[in-house]
Amino acid sequence: MSEVDLSVDLCGVRLHNPFVLAAGILGTSAALLERVARAGAGAVTAKSCGPAPRRGHPNPTVVAYAGGLLNAVGLANPGAAAMVEILRDARLRCASLGVPVIASVFGETAAAFGDVVRTLEAAEPDLYEVNISCPNVAAEFGRPFAADPEHAAQATAAVRAATRRPVIVKLSANVTDIVAVARAVVDAGADAITAINTLGPGMVIDIRARAPVLANKVGGLSGPAIRPVAVRCVYELSRAVPVPVIGTGGVMNGEDMVEMIMAGATAVGVGSALQYRGIEAPASMSAELASFMSEQGFHTIAEMRGLAHG
Amino acid sequence: MAERTYAAARVRRIESAGSHGVTVELDLRLDAQPGQFVMLWLPRVDEKPFSLVDADPVTLTVVQVGPFTERLQRLRVGDTLHLRGPLGRGYSLGGERPLLVGGGSGAASLAFLARRLAEAGRPVTVALGARTAAEVLLAGRFRERGAHVLVSTDDGSAGEHGLVTDLAQRLLACGGYDHVYACGPAPMLERVEELCRSYGVPGEVSHEAYMRCGTGICGSCDRGDGLLVCRDGPVFRVGW
Repeated sequence: MSEVDLSVDLCGVRLHNPFVLAAGILGTSAALLERVARAGAGAVTAKSCGPAPRRGHPNPTVVAYAGGLLNAVGLANPGAAAMVEILRDARLRCASLGVPVIASVFGETAAAFGDVVRTLEAAEPDLYEVNISCPNVAAEFGRPFAADPEHAAQATAAVRAATRRPVIVKLSANVTDIVAVARAVVDAGADAITAINTLGPGMVIDIRARAPVLANKVGGLSGPAIRPVAVRCVYELSRAVPVPVIGTGGVMNGEDMVEMIMAGATAVGVGSALQYRGIEAPASMSAELASFMSEQGFHTIAEMRGLAHG
Repeated sequence: MAERTYAAARVRRIESAGSHGVTVELDLRLDAQPGQFVMLWLPRVDEKPFSLVDADPVTLTVVQVGPFTERLQRLRVGDTLHLRGPLGRGYSLGGERPLLVGGGSGAASLAFLARRLAEAGRPVTVALGARTAAEVLLAGRFRERGAHVLVSTDDGSAGEHGLVTDLAQRLLACGGYDHVYACGPAPMLERVEELCRSYGVPGEVSHEAYMRCGTGICGSCDRGDGLLVCRDGPVFRVGW
């Protein structure tokens, strides 16, 4: 493996491999972020955080179906003030590992996004991810900001005004034209795009209980079923906007990572795979990625990026 | 992955468990290890983890602590329950001369363990702690499995007067045990861990935690050290 270099540059931040722990998976504490970093992730994203603590939805919040997972955790988080301490601690623990920590933020209004980031600045996260695309809080929040280019740009601009650190905006595929949304957020100052958030929302009904399984009734789809949608989005976005894309959605193994990179991704977000493959997923997927590169004669991630565009 | 996440099972038998609980037997068998748990779902209400008191048939002991467990007190024979599992890592079944230490509803998973240890021909000693005599859980079930049962209560209304960890310490001081299994509230488990270290006996402690996914991705049940009660546990090893 020594002849392959898995490192990537994401907005001037070095990742020792392209595996990015996606927001909402195991990012609830500094100890868990450290654990995933030690398990081999190139970067880790903390749980999305808003201005105030939220309990989230009642259980069940996650249900497996044949194509993946459906979840509606409902943005449970301890609030920005408590997240400052988690991020500070996580950055200390991850520093010697060379693993950057990404803070994920959400808000009910564009201004709230900026407020959360201003609070989190004290923790000096390596990057921000702006979560304008959670599909699971529609009853309270209305349509996600990501559903509309103008609203998406407003949230992005609020964050841009609050920090000089790299800003990634996480988009939804639940739109007619994801490229239009991406162009709007890049014009508003986004340094990178994550595509995609969970798809849907969808519903799973337990026919013996005669009821939707999720307490929220509907939730976002993740896992293998959504990967082709995510790959298509990354393919379109990487051609349309001049910023790096973190390809996220249904990536289960190292070869799925290659697919995202060939679609144009700079880094690859992974979430549901940790359910199927456990905490070993980052190390084993990076090994699979390296093994593919050796077999195919690639030396760097950059050599593979966008190859599917021909 | 399973096409259907939840099993639906009918309540076959109900008996009271202490003064504030019920033990519910279902018409369902699971291939499970002692210490594993299931997520019990009441549609349109909530879903919470419960240790298996037995897996063949599936048996759960539910002590009333809040609105969810209050509803379960009203179950009747023939009602349907929805559950997923078994989940988590259970007890090892190691040790030739095991000591089981249960606090409150922690007796539940140990009852299943006592059955398997007895089936393997091991002599089982159980120290059961509760606040009062009326709250001692599952003592009869342990005795049916041939276990030697000692009880302690906070108010002295049954057995030794004091904490179950004091009882456990006195038992360990008498010697003869080569493995400790414990389930109960966090302070009790911390004390059991200290006892395991000071007496040089390997231990396994089963933790409780608030859970969401139950499968190791949401992070809700982090012990504080990055270990997840649902997937790395609920049983954790001590001193070996």
